[in-house]
Amino acid sequence: MENRENEEKKFEIKGLDLYYGKFQALEKVDMDVYANKITALIGPSGCGKSTFLRTLNRMNDLIPGVTIEGDIRFDDEDIYDKDYDVINLRKKVGMVFQKPNPFPKSIYDNIVYGPKVHGEKNKETLDHIVERTLKEVALWEEVKDRLNKSALGLSGGQQQRLCIARCLAVEPEVILMDEPTSALDPVATSKIEGLLGELALKYTIVIVTHNMQQAGRVSDNTAFFLSGKVLEVDNTAQMFSNPKNPKTEDYITGRFG
Amino acid sequence: MNKKTKNAVFYGIIGLLSALALISLIMIVGFILIKGLPGITPEFLTQSPSKMGKEGGILPIIIGTLYVTLVALVIATPIGVAAAIYFNEYSRDTRGVRMIRFFTEVLAGIPSIIFGLFGFAFFVVFLGLGWSVLSGGLTLTIMILPTLIRATEESLKTVPMSYREGSLSLGATKWQTIIKVTLPCCKSGVLTGLILGMGRAIGETAAVMLTIGGSMRMAESLLDPTRTMALHLYMIASEGVSEEKTYATAALLIIIVLIINTIANQISRSMIKLS
Repeated sequence: MENRENEEKKFEIKGLDLYYGKFQALEKVDMDVYANKITALIGPSGCGKSTFLRTLNRMNDLIPGVTIEGDIRFDDEDIYDKDYDVINLRKKVGMVFQKPNPFPKSIYDNIVYGPKVHGEKNKETLDHIVERTLKEVALWEEVKDRLNKSALGLSGGQQQRLCIARCLAVEPEVILMDEPTSALDPVATSKIEGLLGELALKYTIVIVTHNMQQAGRVSDNTAFFLSGKVLEVDNTAQMFSNPKNPKTEDYITGRFG
Repeated sequence: MNKKTKNAVFYGIIGLLSALALISLIMIVGFILIKGLPGITPEFLTQSPSKMGKEGGILPIIIGTLYVTLVALVIATPIGVAAAIYFNEYSRDTRGVRMIRFFTEVLAGIPSIIFGLFGFAFFVVFLGLGWSVLSGGLTLTIMILPTLIRATEESLKTVPMSYREGSLSLGATKWQTIIKVTLPCCKSGVLTGLILGMGRAIGETAAVMLTIGGSMRMAESLLDPTRTMALHLYMIASEGVSEEKTYATAALLIIIVLIINTIANQISRSMIKLS
Protein backbone atom coordinates (compact mmCIF):
# COMPACT_ATOMS: atom_id res chain seq x y z
CA MET A 1 0.00 0.00 0.00
CA GLU A 2 1.24 3.47 -0.71
CA ASN A 3 2.27 5.72 2.15
CA ARG A 4 -0.73 6.27 4.35
CA GLU A 5 1.04 7.38 7.47
CA ASN A 6 -0.95 10.60 7.53
CA GLU A 7 -4.32 8.97 7.48
CA GLU A 8 -6.07 8.29 10.75
CA LYS A 9 -6.34 4.62 11.64
CA LYS A 10 -9.30 3.36 13.61
CA PHE A 11 -8.05 -0.18 13.98
CA GLU A 12 -4.52 -1.53 13.81
CA ILE A 13 -4.26 -5.30 13.77
CA LYS A 14 -0.95 -7.10 14.00
CA GLY A 15 -0.32 -10.82 14.10
CA LEU A 16 -3.90 -11.83 14.94
CA ASP A 17 -4.31 -15.56 15.50
CA LEU A 18 -7.69 -17.01 16.38
CA TYR A 19 -8.51 -20.58 17.37
CA TYR A 20 -11.85 -22.30 17.77
CA GLY A 21 -10.58 -24.93 20.19
CA LYS A 22 -7.75 -26.50 18.22
CA PHE A 23 -8.83 -25.25 14.81
CA GLN A 24 -7.02 -22.14 13.66
CA ALA A 25 -9.50 -19.87 11.94
CA LEU A 26 -7.27 -16.80 11.55
CA GLU A 27 -3.54 -16.82 11.00
CA LYS A 28 -1.20 -13.86 11.46
CA VAL A 29 -3.64 -11.28 10.20
CA ASP A 30 -2.13 -7.82 9.73
CA MET A 31 -4.45 -5.05 8.72
CA ASP A 32 -5.31 -1.43 9.27
CA VAL A 33 -8.78 0.07 9.12
CA TYR A 34 -8.78 3.72 8.11
CA ALA A 35 -11.19 6.27 9.49
CA ASN A 36 -14.14 7.39 7.38
CA LYS A 37 -13.38 4.86 4.72
CA ILE A 38 -15.26 1.78 3.65
CA THR A 39 -13.11 -1.32 3.97
CA ALA A 40 -14.42 -4.47 2.31
CA LEU A 41 -13.43 -7.97 3.37
CA ILE A 42 -13.76 -10.45 0.53
CA GLY A 43 -12.92 -14.08 0.09
CA PRO A 44 -14.54 -17.49 -0.38
CA SER A 45 -16.89 -19.05 2.20
CA GLY A 46 -15.33 -20.10 5.43
CA CYS A 47 -12.14 -18.12 4.96
CA GLY A 48 -12.49 -16.23 8.22
CA LYS A 49 -13.85 -12.84 7.15
CA SER A 50 -16.84 -12.91 9.52
CA THR A 51 -14.70 -14.31 12.31
CA PHE A 52 -12.27 -11.46 11.80
CA LEU A 53 -15.08 -8.91 11.78
CA ARG A 54 -16.38 -10.21 15.08
CA THR A 55 -13.02 -9.83 16.75
CA LEU A 56 -13.24 -6.09 16.16
CA ASN A 57 -16.15 -5.70 18.57
CA ARG A 58 -15.31 -8.72 20.68
CA MET A 59 -18.45 -10.58 19.69
CA ASN A 60 -16.33 -13.71 19.55
CA ASP A 61 -16.28 -13.51 23.35
CA LEU A 62 -19.75 -15.08 23.19
CA ILE A 63 -18.40 -18.29 21.70
CA PRO A 64 -16.93 -20.72 24.21
CA GLY A 65 -13.51 -22.15 23.44
CA VAL A 66 -12.21 -19.24 21.37
CA THR A 67 -8.58 -18.20 21.86
CA ILE A 68 -7.23 -14.96 20.46
CA GLU A 69 -3.63 -13.89 20.24
CA GLY A 70 -2.06 -10.84 18.72
CA ASP A 71 -2.37 -7.12 18.90
CA ILE A 72 -5.71 -5.55 18.07
CA ARG A 73 -5.83 -1.85 18.74
CA PHE A 74 -8.81 0.48 18.45
CA ASP A 75 -7.94 4.17 18.71
CA ASP A 76 -4.54 2.95 19.79
CA GLU A 77 -5.79 0.88 22.73
CA ASP A 78 -5.48 -2.89 23.02
CA ILE A 79 -9.11 -4.04 23.04
CA TYR A 80 -8.27 -7.47 24.39
CA ASP A 81 -6.56 -6.08 27.44
CA LYS A 82 -8.20 -7.53 30.50
CA ASP A 83 -9.17 -4.11 31.84
CA TYR A 84 -10.58 -2.83 28.57
CA ASP A 85 -14.21 -1.73 28.70
CA VAL A 86 -16.04 -4.06 26.30
CA ILE A 87 -19.37 -2.30 26.73
CA ASN A 88 -17.86 0.98 25.61
CA LEU A 89 -16.14 -0.76 22.71
CA ARG A 90 -19.44 -2.11 21.48
CA LYS A 91 -21.02 1.30 21.81
CA LYS A 92 -18.34 2.78 19.59
CA VAL A 93 -18.10 -0.18 17.23
CA GLY A 94 -21.56 -1.22 16.11
CA MET A 95 -22.61 -4.23 14.11
CA VAL A 96 -25.20 -5.06 11.47
CA PHE A 97 -25.85 -8.76 10.96
CA GLN A 98 -26.42 -10.84 7.88
CA LYS A 99 -29.97 -11.71 8.74
CA PRO A 100 -31.88 -8.62 9.95
CA ASN A 101 -32.55 -9.06 13.66
CA PRO A 102 -34.90 -6.37 14.93
CA PHE A 103 -36.26 -7.03 18.42
CA PRO A 104 -39.89 -8.14 18.68
CA LYS A 105 -40.76 -4.63 19.80
CA SER A 106 -42.08 -1.51 18.12
CA ILE A 107 -39.97 0.39 15.59
CA TYR A 108 -39.60 3.18 18.14
CA ASP A 109 -38.54 0.84 20.93
CA ASN A 110 -36.00 -0.87 18.70
CA ILE A 111 -34.20 2.36 18.01
CA VAL A 112 -34.28 3.77 21.52
CA TYR A 113 -33.12 0.45 23.00
CA GLY A 114 -29.44 1.33 22.61
CA PRO A 115 -29.62 4.89 24.00
CA LYS A 116 -31.81 3.74 26.88
CA VAL A 117 -29.43 0.98 27.79
CA HIS A 118 -26.68 3.58 27.99
CA GLY A 119 -28.76 5.77 30.28
CA GLU A 120 -30.69 8.16 28.06
CA LYS A 121 -34.07 8.91 29.65
CA ASN A 122 -35.26 12.20 28.19
CA LYS A 123 -38.24 11.57 25.92
CA GLU A 124 -37.54 14.53 23.65
CA THR A 125 -33.98 13.42 23.12
CA LEU A 126 -35.14 9.90 22.34
CA ASP A 127 -37.77 11.13 19.89
CA HIS A 128 -35.11 13.19 18.18
CA ILE A 129 -32.76 10.21 17.96
CA VAL A 130 -35.50 8.13 16.34
CA GLU A 131 -36.16 10.75 13.71
CA ARG A 132 -32.50 11.44 13.03
CA THR A 133 -31.45 7.82 12.61
CA LEU A 134 -34.47 6.83 10.54
CA LYS A 135 -33.72 9.75 8.24
CA GLU A 136 -30.07 8.69 8.01
CA VAL A 137 -31.17 5.31 6.67
CA ALA A 138 -33.89 6.79 4.43
CA LEU A 139 -36.65 4.99 6.33
CA TRP A 140 -38.31 7.95 8.07
CA GLU A 141 -40.89 8.75 5.41
CA GLU A 142 -41.92 5.10 5.17
CA VAL A 143 -42.50 4.50 8.86
CA LYS A 144 -42.98 7.85 10.58
CA ASP A 145 -46.69 7.23 10.98
CA ARG A 146 -46.32 3.77 12.45
CA LEU A 147 -43.46 4.02 14.90
CA ASN A 148 -45.49 2.14 17.47
CA LYS A 149 -46.14 -0.83 15.24
CA SER A 150 -44.03 -3.96 15.56
CA ALA A 151 -40.73 -3.94 13.73
CA LEU A 152 -41.43 -7.49 12.63
CA GLY A 153 -44.12 -6.20 10.30
CA LEU A 154 -41.55 -4.51 8.06
CA SER A 155 -40.11 -6.04 4.91
CA GLY A 156 -36.64 -7.60 4.98
CA GLY A 157 -35.00 -4.57 3.45
CA GLN A 158 -36.80 -2.22 5.81
CA GLN A 159 -35.86 -4.37 8.78
CA GLN A 160 -32.21 -4.24 7.81
CA ARG A 161 -32.33 -0.47 7.45
CA LEU A 162 -34.00 -0.37 10.86
CA CYS A 163 -31.13 -2.40 12.27
CA ILE A 164 -28.68 0.07 10.81
CA ALA A 165 -30.67 2.93 12.34
CA ARG A 166 -30.72 1.09 15.67
CA CYS A 167 -26.95 0.82 15.44
CA LEU A 168 -26.59 4.52 14.60
CA ALA A 169 -28.70 5.52 17.58
CA VAL A 170 -25.83 4.92 19.99
CA GLU A 171 -23.56 7.15 17.89
CA PRO A 172 -20.83 4.66 17.02
CA GLU A 173 -17.62 5.56 15.31
CA VAL A 174 -17.31 2.34 13.37
CA ILE A 175 -20.01 0.20 11.79
CA LEU A 176 -19.23 -3.46 11.13
CA MET A 177 -21.45 -5.06 8.53
CA ASP A 178 -21.52 -8.80 8.10
CA GLU A 179 -22.90 -9.47 4.60
CA PRO A 180 -25.73 -7.02 5.27
CA THR A 181 -27.44 -7.47 1.94
CA SER A 182 -27.01 -11.19 1.30
CA ALA A 183 -30.48 -11.96 2.66
CA LEU A 184 -32.15 -9.16 0.71
CA ASP A 185 -33.60 -8.74 -2.76
CA PRO A 186 -31.75 -6.62 -5.36
CA VAL A 187 -33.89 -3.51 -4.83
CA ALA A 188 -33.36 -3.53 -1.07
CA THR A 189 -29.68 -4.29 -1.67
CA SER A 190 -29.17 -1.28 -3.88
CA LYS A 191 -30.99 0.94 -1.39
CA ILE A 192 -28.57 -0.10 1.33
CA GLU A 193 -25.52 0.19 -0.92
CA GLY A 194 -26.68 3.69 -1.71
CA LEU A 195 -26.67 4.48 2.00
CA LEU A 196 -23.09 3.41 2.50
CA GLY A 197 -21.52 6.35 0.73
CA GLU A 198 -23.51 8.76 2.92
CA LEU A 199 -22.70 6.85 6.07
CA ALA A 200 -18.99 6.80 5.31
CA LEU A 201 -18.94 10.57 5.61
CA LYS A 202 -19.65 10.27 9.32
CA TYR A 203 -18.62 6.73 10.20
CA THR A 204 -15.93 4.18 9.45
CA ILE A 205 -17.34 1.09 7.79
CA VAL A 206 -16.02 -2.44 7.54
CA ILE A 207 -18.15 -4.65 5.37
CA VAL A 208 -17.87 -8.38 4.79
CA THR A 209 -19.24 -9.30 1.43
CA HIS A 210 -19.55 -12.37 -0.69
CA ASN A 211 -20.36 -10.22 -3.62
CA MET A 212 -17.25 -8.94 -5.33
CA GLN A 213 -19.09 -6.52 -7.50
CA GLN A 214 -20.50 -4.99 -4.34
CA ALA A 215 -16.99 -4.68 -2.90
CA GLY A 216 -15.82 -3.02 -6.07
CA ARG A 217 -18.81 -0.68 -6.13
CA VAL A 218 -18.84 0.61 -2.60
CA SER A 219 -15.47 0.26 -0.90
CA ASP A 220 -12.35 2.39 -0.65
CA ASN A 221 -10.06 -0.39 0.54
CA THR A 222 -10.33 -4.15 0.25
CA ALA A 223 -8.76 -7.05 2.09
CA PHE A 224 -8.72 -10.48 0.47
CA PHE A 225 -9.02 -13.40 2.90
CA LEU A 226 -8.16 -16.99 2.06
CA SER A 227 -8.10 -19.85 4.56
CA GLY A 228 -7.77 -17.57 7.54
CA LYS A 229 -4.99 -15.43 6.11
CA VAL A 230 -5.05 -12.01 4.56
CA LEU A 231 -3.34 -12.43 1.24
CA GLU A 232 -3.65 -8.88 0.11
CA VAL A 233 -4.84 -5.54 1.42
CA ASP A 234 -5.00 -2.51 -0.84
CA ASN A 235 -6.91 0.40 -2.19
CA THR A 236 -9.91 -1.14 -3.93
CA ALA A 237 -9.37 0.38 -7.33
CA GLN A 238 -5.75 -0.76 -7.22
CA MET A 239 -6.57 -4.28 -6.11
CA PHE A 240 -9.26 -4.85 -8.66
CA SER A 241 -7.30 -3.51 -11.58
CA ASN A 242 -3.82 -4.60 -10.58
CA PRO A 243 -3.85 -7.33 -7.95
CA LYS A 244 -0.41 -8.18 -6.58
CA ASN A 245 -1.14 -11.75 -5.49
CA PRO A 246 -2.02 -14.28 -8.18
CA LYS A 247 -4.62 -15.88 -5.95
CA THR A 248 -6.31 -12.49 -5.53
CA GLU A 249 -6.50 -12.19 -9.26
CA ASP A 250 -7.94 -15.70 -9.53
CA TYR A 251 -10.64 -14.91 -6.99
CA ILE A 252 -11.53 -11.56 -8.46
CA THR A 253 -11.80 -12.93 -11.93
CA GLY A 254 -13.98 -15.69 -10.65
CA ARG A 255 -11.68 -18.63 -11.16
CA PHE A 256 -12.65 -19.92 -7.73
CA GLY A 257 -14.75 -19.04 -4.73
CA MET B 1 -56.34 -57.84 4.04
CA ASN B 2 -55.36 -55.19 1.57
CA LYS B 3 -53.64 -51.90 2.37
CA LYS B 4 -56.78 -49.83 2.43
CA THR B 5 -58.50 -52.14 4.89
CA LYS B 6 -55.41 -52.31 7.10
CA ASN B 7 -55.33 -48.55 7.17
CA ALA B 8 -58.96 -48.34 8.15
CA VAL B 9 -58.58 -50.95 10.89
CA PHE B 10 -55.56 -49.16 12.29
CA TYR B 11 -57.40 -45.87 12.22
CA GLY B 12 -60.30 -47.51 13.97
CA ILE B 13 -58.14 -48.93 16.74
CA ILE B 14 -56.40 -45.60 17.32
CA GLY B 15 -59.75 -43.86 17.37
CA LEU B 16 -61.13 -46.36 19.86
CA LEU B 17 -58.16 -46.01 22.21
CA SER B 18 -58.34 -42.23 22.05
CA ALA B 19 -62.03 -42.39 22.75
CA LEU B 20 -61.32 -44.58 25.79
CA ALA B 21 -58.88 -42.02 27.12
CA LEU B 22 -61.33 -39.22 26.57
CA ILE B 23 -64.19 -41.22 28.09
CA SER B 24 -62.25 -41.99 31.27
CA LEU B 25 -61.45 -38.32 31.68
CA ILE B 26 -65.04 -37.32 31.09
CA MET B 27 -66.23 -40.01 33.48
CA ILE B 28 -64.07 -38.80 36.33
CA VAL B 29 -64.83 -35.14 35.84
CA GLY B 30 -68.47 -35.81 35.06
CA PHE B 31 -69.01 -38.10 38.04
CA ILE B 32 -67.53 -35.62 40.51
CA LEU B 33 -69.35 -32.66 39.00
CA ILE B 34 -72.71 -34.43 38.92
CA LYS B 35 -72.44 -35.50 42.54
CA GLY B 36 -70.76 -32.34 43.75
CA LEU B 37 -72.26 -29.37 41.88
CA PRO B 38 -75.54 -29.39 43.83
CA GLY B 39 -73.51 -28.90 46.99
CA ILE B 40 -71.77 -25.78 45.72
CA THR B 41 -74.17 -23.19 47.08
CA PRO B 42 -73.44 -19.58 47.99
CA GLU B 43 -73.44 -20.67 51.63
CA PHE B 44 -70.88 -23.32 50.81
CA LEU B 45 -68.57 -20.70 49.42
CA THR B 46 -69.02 -18.05 52.08
CA GLN B 47 -69.54 -19.73 55.42
CA SER B 48 -67.22 -21.41 57.82
CA PRO B 49 -67.60 -25.11 58.51
CA SER B 50 -69.54 -26.24 61.53
CA LYS B 51 -70.03 -29.60 63.18
CA MET B 52 -66.56 -30.77 62.02
CA GLY B 53 -67.35 -30.05 58.37
CA LYS B 54 -70.75 -31.73 58.32
CA GLU B 55 -72.49 -28.43 57.81
CA GLY B 56 -71.72 -24.91 56.75
CA GLY B 57 -69.28 -23.89 54.08
CA ILE B 58 -65.59 -24.07 53.40
CA LEU B 59 -64.63 -20.41 53.22
CA PRO B 60 -61.61 -20.63 55.60
CA ILE B 61 -60.44 -23.63 53.59
CA ILE B 62 -60.70 -21.78 50.30
CA ILE B 63 -58.76 -18.91 51.86
CA GLY B 64 -56.23 -21.35 53.30
CA THR B 65 -55.70 -22.88 49.86
CA LEU B 66 -55.14 -19.41 48.45
CA TYR B 67 -52.66 -18.43 51.14
CA VAL B 68 -50.55 -21.55 50.87
CA THR B 69 -50.48 -21.47 47.08
CA LEU B 70 -49.61 -17.78 47.09
CA VAL B 71 -46.72 -18.30 49.51
CA ALA B 72 -45.40 -21.08 47.30
CA LEU B 73 -45.67 -18.97 44.14
CA VAL B 74 -44.16 -15.83 45.65
CA ILE B 75 -41.12 -17.70 46.90
CA ALA B 76 -40.71 -20.20 44.07
CA THR B 77 -41.01 -17.74 41.19
CA PRO B 78 -37.94 -15.60 41.75
CA ILE B 79 -35.84 -18.62 42.71
CA GLY B 80 -37.06 -20.71 39.78
CA VAL B 81 -36.73 -17.98 37.18
CA ALA B 82 -33.29 -16.99 38.47
CA ALA B 83 -32.11 -20.60 38.40
CA ALA B 84 -33.38 -21.05 34.85
CA ILE B 85 -31.67 -17.84 33.77
CA TYR B 86 -28.46 -19.05 35.35
CA PHE B 87 -28.61 -22.47 33.65
CA ASN B 88 -29.52 -21.14 30.26
CA GLU B 89 -27.77 -17.79 30.00
CA TYR B 90 -24.75 -17.90 32.25
CA SER B 91 -23.42 -21.32 33.01
CA ARG B 92 -20.98 -23.27 30.94
CA ASP B 93 -21.65 -26.97 30.60
CA THR B 94 -19.38 -27.98 33.45
CA ARG B 95 -19.73 -31.01 35.63
CA GLY B 96 -20.99 -28.88 38.53
CA VAL B 97 -23.82 -27.46 36.45
CA ARG B 98 -24.75 -30.87 35.11
CA MET B 99 -24.97 -32.21 38.64
CA ILE B 100 -27.24 -29.39 39.73
CA ARG B 101 -29.42 -30.02 36.70
CA PHE B 102 -29.56 -33.71 37.54
CA PHE B 103 -30.68 -33.04 41.08
CA THR B 104 -33.33 -30.63 39.82
CA GLU B 105 -34.68 -33.35 37.56
CA VAL B 106 -34.62 -35.89 40.40
CA LEU B 107 -36.56 -33.49 42.58
CA ALA B 108 -39.33 -33.54 40.00
CA GLY B 109 -39.79 -37.27 40.47
CA ILE B 110 -39.79 -37.50 44.24
CA PRO B 111 -43.15 -38.63 45.70
CA SER B 112 -44.98 -35.78 47.37
CA ILE B 113 -45.37 -37.58 50.69
CA ILE B 114 -41.61 -37.48 51.02
CA PHE B 115 -41.71 -33.72 50.50
CA GLY B 116 -44.31 -33.69 53.23
CA LEU B 117 -42.07 -35.63 55.56
CA PHE B 118 -39.13 -33.36 54.82
CA GLY B 119 -41.32 -30.30 55.28
CA PHE B 120 -42.44 -31.61 58.65
CA ALA B 121 -38.96 -32.42 59.86
CA PHE B 122 -37.35 -29.22 58.56
CA PHE B 123 -39.89 -26.42 58.51
CA VAL B 124 -42.34 -27.51 61.17
CA VAL B 125 -39.90 -28.94 63.70
CA PHE B 126 -36.33 -27.86 63.01
CA LEU B 127 -37.01 -24.25 62.02
CA GLY B 128 -39.79 -24.09 64.57
CA LEU B 129 -42.39 -22.73 62.18
CA GLY B 130 -44.94 -25.21 63.45
CA TRP B 131 -47.89 -26.40 61.50
CA SER B 132 -48.62 -23.34 59.46
CA VAL B 133 -49.34 -21.70 56.14
CA LEU B 134 -45.65 -20.89 55.94
CA SER B 135 -44.48 -24.46 56.49
CA GLY B 136 -46.91 -25.73 53.88
CA GLY B 137 -46.06 -22.96 51.45
CA LEU B 138 -42.33 -23.55 51.76
CA THR B 139 -42.77 -27.28 51.24
CA LEU B 140 -44.83 -26.66 48.13
CA THR B 141 -42.16 -24.23 46.94
CA ILE B 142 -39.59 -27.00 46.81
CA MET B 143 -42.09 -29.23 45.07
CA ILE B 144 -43.00 -26.88 42.25
CA LEU B 145 -39.50 -25.51 41.77
CA PRO B 146 -38.38 -28.13 39.19
CA THR B 147 -41.52 -27.50 37.11
CA LEU B 148 -40.91 -23.77 37.17
CA ILE B 149 -37.24 -24.08 36.33
CA ARG B 150 -37.89 -26.43 33.45
CA ALA B 151 -40.72 -24.32 31.99
CA THR B 152 -38.68 -21.14 32.22
CA GLU B 153 -35.63 -22.81 30.71
CA GLU B 154 -37.63 -24.15 27.79
CA SER B 155 -39.05 -20.67 27.22
CA LEU B 156 -35.63 -19.05 27.31
CA LYS B 157 -34.42 -21.57 24.75
CA THR B 158 -37.07 -20.41 22.29
CA VAL B 159 -35.58 -16.92 22.18
CA PRO B 160 -33.31 -16.76 19.12
CA MET B 161 -29.63 -16.09 19.69
CA SER B 162 -29.83 -13.26 17.16
CA TYR B 163 -31.84 -11.13 19.60
CA ARG B 164 -29.17 -11.51 22.26
CA GLU B 165 -26.42 -10.74 19.74
CA GLY B 166 -28.30 -7.66 18.56
CA SER B 167 -28.59 -6.39 22.11
CA LEU B 168 -24.99 -7.09 23.09
CA SER B 169 -23.63 -5.53 19.90
CA LEU B 170 -25.31 -2.26 20.92
CA GLY B 171 -23.26 -2.22 24.11
CA ALA B 172 -25.82 -3.70 26.50
CA THR B 173 -24.59 -5.90 29.31
CA LYS B 174 -25.65 -9.53 29.58
CA TRP B 175 -27.93 -8.63 32.46
CA GLN B 176 -29.62 -5.81 30.55
CA THR B 177 -30.08 -8.15 27.61
CA ILE B 178 -31.83 -10.74 29.78
CA ILE B 179 -34.14 -8.25 31.48
CA LYS B 180 -34.97 -6.08 28.46
CA VAL B 181 -34.96 -8.53 25.57
CA THR B 182 -34.78 -12.22 26.45
CA LEU B 183 -37.29 -12.42 29.31
CA PRO B 184 -39.92 -10.10 27.80
CA CYS B 185 -39.67 -12.14 24.63
CA CYS B 186 -40.65 -15.39 26.33
CA LYS B 187 -42.85 -14.10 29.13
CA SER B 188 -45.89 -16.12 28.06
CA GLY B 189 -43.93 -19.32 28.37
CA VAL B 190 -42.74 -18.37 31.82
CA LEU B 191 -46.28 -17.42 32.81
CA THR B 192 -47.61 -20.76 31.57
CA GLY B 193 -45.02 -22.56 33.69
CA LEU B 194 -46.07 -20.50 36.70
CA ILE B 195 -49.70 -21.34 36.20
CA LEU B 196 -48.98 -25.03 35.80
CA GLY B 197 -46.90 -24.91 38.98
CA MET B 198 -49.81 -23.24 40.70
CA GLY B 199 -52.13 -25.98 39.47
CA ARG B 200 -49.87 -28.61 40.96
CA ALA B 201 -49.61 -26.78 44.26
CA ILE B 202 -53.36 -26.37 44.63
CA GLY B 203 -54.03 -30.04 44.28
CA GLU B 204 -51.32 -31.24 46.65
CA THR B 205 -52.45 -33.34 49.55
CA ALA B 206 -49.59 -35.43 50.85
CA ALA B 207 -47.13 -32.56 51.02
CA VAL B 208 -49.45 -30.29 52.97
CA MET B 209 -50.93 -32.99 55.16
CA LEU B 210 -47.88 -33.09 57.39
CA THR B 211 -47.14 -29.40 57.36
CA ILE B 212 -50.18 -27.17 57.57
CA GLY B 213 -51.97 -28.65 60.52
CA GLY B 214 -55.53 -29.12 59.34
CA SER B 215 -57.28 -26.42 61.35
CA MET B 216 -60.65 -25.36 60.00
CA ARG B 217 -60.40 -21.90 61.48
CA MET B 218 -59.57 -18.93 59.25
CA ALA B 219 -55.81 -18.45 59.18
CA GLU B 220 -54.90 -14.92 60.17
CA SER B 221 -51.14 -14.99 59.85
CA LEU B 222 -48.51 -16.99 58.05
CA LEU B 223 -47.83 -18.95 61.20
CA ASP B 224 -51.41 -20.05 61.73
CA PRO B 225 -52.38 -23.57 60.84
CA THR B 226 -54.92 -24.05 58.08
CA ARG B 227 -56.43 -26.54 55.70
CA THR B 228 -56.44 -26.68 51.92
CA MET B 229 -59.29 -27.97 49.80
CA ALA B 230 -57.44 -31.10 48.76
CA LEU B 231 -56.55 -31.85 52.36
CA HIS B 232 -60.05 -31.10 53.55
CA LEU B 233 -61.41 -33.45 50.93
CA TYR B 234 -59.12 -36.21 52.16
CA MET B 235 -60.01 -35.63 55.78
CA ILE B 236 -63.77 -35.51 55.49
CA ALA B 237 -63.76 -38.39 53.03
CA SER B 238 -61.72 -40.62 55.30
CA GLU B 239 -63.77 -39.62 58.35
CA GLY B 240 -67.02 -40.13 56.49
CA VAL B 241 -68.34 -36.84 57.76
CA SER B 242 -70.61 -35.78 54.92
CA GLU B 243 -70.98 -37.21 51.47
CA GLU B 244 -72.48 -34.02 50.14
CA LYS B 245 -69.65 -31.81 51.39
CA THR B 246 -67.02 -34.27 50.18
CA TYR B 247 -68.27 -34.22 46.61
CA ALA B 248 -68.88 -30.48 46.70
CA THR B 249 -65.28 -29.86 47.73
CA ALA B 250 -64.05 -32.23 45.07
CA ALA B 251 -66.19 -30.54 42.43
CA LEU B 252 -64.92 -27.09 43.40
CA LEU B 253 -61.36 -28.33 43.23
CA ILE B 254 -61.86 -29.82 39.78
CA ILE B 255 -63.49 -26.64 38.52
CA ILE B 256 -60.51 -24.60 39.74
CA VAL B 257 -58.06 -27.00 38.09
CA LEU B 258 -60.05 -26.79 34.84
CA ILE B 259 -59.99 -22.99 34.96
CA ILE B 260 -56.26 -22.93 35.62
CA ASN B 261 -55.52 -25.26 32.74
CA THR B 262 -57.74 -23.30 30.39
CA ILE B 263 -55.95 -20.07 31.24
CA ALA B 264 -52.56 -21.72 30.74
CA ASN B 265 -53.74 -23.07 27.42
CA GLN B 266 -54.99 -19.69 26.25
CA ILE B 267 -51.74 -18.03 27.16
CA SER B 268 -49.60 -20.56 25.33
CA ARG B 269 -51.90 -20.28 22.32
CA SER B 270 -51.54 -16.51 22.22
CA MET B 271 -47.78 -17.00 22.49
CA ILE B 272 -47.74 -19.23 19.43
CA LYS B 273 -49.90 -16.76 17.55
CA LEU B 274 -47.53 -13.88 18.29
CA SER B 275 -44.49 -15.74 17.02
